[in-house]
Amino acid sequence: MIRLIYTAALALMLTGPIATPLAAAVDITPVTSPSGHEAWLVEEHSIPFVSIEVIFTGGASIDPEGQSGAVSLMTALLNEGAGDLNAQDYAAALEALAGSVSFTAGRDSVSMSIRALSENRDQVIDLAILALTDPHFESQSLERVRGQMVASLESDARDPNTIAQHNFAALGYAGHPYARPSDGTADSVAALSLDAILHAHQTAFTSDLAYVGAAGDITAAELGAITDRILDQLPQSTATLPEYQAFDAEPGITVIDFPGPQSVIQFGHAGMHYDDDDFMAAYLINTVFGGGGFSSRLMTQLREERGLTYGIYTSLASSRFGDSYVGRFSTANASAAEAIELVRAQYEWLANGGITQEDLDRAQTYLTGAYALRFDGNASIANIMASMQFQDYPLDYVNIRNDLVRAVTLEDIQRVAARLAQPEALHFVVVGQPEGLE
Amino acid sequence: MIHPLRLFASALTLVAFGLLPALAEEPQMFTLDNGMEVVVIEDHRAPVVVHMVWYRVGAADDPAGQSGIAHYLEHLMFKATETMEEGEFSQVVEANGGRDNAFTSWDYTAYHQRVAADRLGLMMQMEADRMVNLRLDRSSWRPERDVILRERGQTLESNPHRQFSEQLRAALFQNHPYGRPIIGWRHEMEELTGEIATEFYRRFYAPNNAILIVAGDVEAEEALALANEHYGPIPAAVETPERIRATEPPHLAERRVIMHDERVSNPYVSRQYLAPIRRSGDQSEAAAYQVLAVLLGGSSQTSVLERSLTYDQEIALTAWAGYNGDGLDNGTFSLGVMPVPGVSLQDAEDALDAVLADFIENGVDDAQFERVQMQIRAEAIYQQDDARRRANAIGSDLAVGLTLADSLDWINVLQAVTPEDVINAARSLDRRSSVTGWLMGEDA
Repeated sequence: MIRLIYTAALALMLTGPIATPLAAAVDITPVTSPSGHEAWLVEEHSIPFVSIEVIFTGGASIDPEGQSGAVSLMTALLNEGAGDLNAQDYAAALEALAGSVSFTAGRDSVSMSIRALSENRDQVIDLAILALTDPHFESQSLERVRGQMVASLESDARDPNTIAQHNFAALGYAGHPYARPSDGTADSVAALSLDAILHAHQTAFTSDLAYVGAAGDITAAELGAITDRILDQLPQSTATLPEYQAFDAEPGITVIDFPGPQSVIQFGHAGMHYDDDDFMAAYLINTVFGGGGFSSRLMTQLREERGLTYGIYTSLASSRFGDSYVGRFSTANASAAEAIELVRAQYEWLANGGITQEDLDRAQTYLTGAYALRFDGNASIANIMASMQFQDYPLDYVNIRNDLVRAVTLEDIQRVAARLAQPEALHFVVVGQPEGLE
Repeated sequence: MIHPLRLFASALTLVAFGLLPALAEEPQMFTLDNGMEVVVIEDHRAPVVVHMVWYRVGAADDPAGQSGIAHYLEHLMFKATETMEEGEFSQVVEANGGRDNAFTSWDYTAYHQRVAADRLGLMMQMEADRMVNLRLDRSSWRPERDVILRERGQTLESNPHRQFSEQLRAALFQNHPYGRPIIGWRHEMEELTGEIATEFYRRFYAPNNAILIVAGDVEAEEALALANEHYGPIPAAVETPERIRATEPPHLAERRVIMHDERVSNPYVSRQYLAPIRRSGDQSEAAAYQVLAVLLGGSSQTSVLERSLTYDQEIALTAWAGYNGDGLDNGTFSLGVMPVPGVSLQDAEDALDAVLADFIENGVDDAQFERVQMQIRAEAIYQQDDARRRANAIGSDLAVGLTLADSLDWINVLQAVTPEDVINAARSLDRRSSVTGWLMGEDA
């Protein structure tokens, strides 16, 4: 593989349904269930299965102080037995239906993803609801899954990418839940009580902060009924969501000693919230600067011209309750100092009007063309349908989004670049044994 | 971590199940006059197309002493050609809203783009150009060699688990180049040059050594016409290079690899066996191994290994099994267990072997077998939702010597596997053809 795929490790939560292809083909049906819940649906009956995604607001951000990882561990326990079924019976029941029900805990939310064949959809939904509402949390499962999670966290604690990411967040989000790893630490997870798990379960899944998306072989009426079956049994929200807090780290360089031939370097400063009027301009700026393409400014300067890294990427890590503008790369220990100076110089370039009309044109063509690539399959579409609601995008966003991209002018870009890029505010977390840095 | 399981990764045919979705078209295959093979998978649900060219050359074709050259060339293919600037290929793809990338395996190298369907011709034009017109200057290959060294540093040397896998593989293969890392050994990578890459390129990159896969919103006839227009004029190489590789001698002694690394927090046992490949026209033996891998390790709750080691005995954090039969020469079957803290690797390995012996002794659980078969059937439906994956599976199959018919037949062969076949496969795993590795921390 020639380039790394830049995953959500850095981006806290993706910056929304950035691309929505098929303006013509994607026809979103807003569904209001009999009980009054809302769900967004893309009907597609050609393949006999459906994907359903439910996003529950909260996630790790509602872990109480000292119980970091509670929502994550609770989520991992949901398919460890529910209702009359023990863990293995539950898994076997799903396997016999060839369906899947999975839960993913994130920083701001927990997602429930369901995939079911049309021929046995109701049975899969029954199992999903069972896991959501009647999980066992029995002590044997708790200890086994806790052991797995602690092992995984201990492994993460020796992974330079994770170390860089966690330290960067801790520096910039002091006093905010975003300063804590969303899966907790080996110590915090080892200390979680059953009560903490039960509390996490009661607060993480609530009907008023849930967003439902679906795509595939299902009608609006069927989805409405399913939405009610899932949400009607859940309580109203009681947890306090965090306050918004801008990323704010002291400028400078933090070196964390770690053995190995290369240093992992995470860098950045404050970002921009996705509901900011200038966000689309910032998104275009990031596309030009380090947004993942081969020909981004950072990639060209560090990789193509100098061979300093295998890949360098930046991201507008714009989350519900905070945002930063971050990037990461890895380089030989001997070239860490040189690479950092080069990155700094690129921020100067960006802040001082480096982006040209040609760069902007290319980014606009790219983003509008890539529109079509996002909706690749039922699971992706269901996820986008739920995410759009979670981030409060309007239903017609898919149809106006490319116009919004095209409406950004070079003047906008320069104004927003001067606001976004702050070379003097950059903080670099270096995990490795870099030469010439302290 | 790690269920290194390539579940049902091949294309499936739907006809057998009476569940044929209206839109699912059978892939169609053509051959251009210059020998280039073309497969078109129509999927008209979205105005998007995947365009891939697979070359029948990979890391196992690296000349001795030049490990990593196939992968290095893959990187260099993004440099200048007679008519395009360095980096222009990706710029054009991006400027058209697409994404492009490439990958190298032991048996093949593939280049792919994903774009709006009306840009297919442009992708072909550029891909055809770099099939024959690559021009490597020192100013382009020199920094790219640093990039692949950084890549090795980042993806392998910074990761003890990957380094451990590299060591296992080097020990498993006693003579075949499958024992070398795809990216190459560092000391040999440091000596690679543009000249070596160019020689390799001239030898292996030609239409009669390539497979074109197009998947998405395009009619087969139209894709074929475009292929004829862009790839058709490229003359065939006089002779396609034969892939004659060193082969494995009979294995007489099992191997053991012990690796310590301070970055390892939880030690584990990993074993790899030599296994059969999917043979054209006769995939049944491979299918039995595939089903065996799923039964042993395919589910974190109900698989044989997890059920016994993780749930009943409570001595494992996780356990896994995997099979890869997609190769030109050899396949591999793998098993592994990560014990809970306090259980030694020796005890974990003994327990793993005991579960395997017990499985062979007592046979397959009927209910579990039935569930796995249901999932294979369902996969035929789910896979229709993912044109990219179908394109990948067919491309990979053709590149390792299978036919389109083999590729489409794989699901039927999987469904024909009997519990007896599975037990026979398990029984035939030969410790003499295996390596067992222990990866542990510095202090262990």
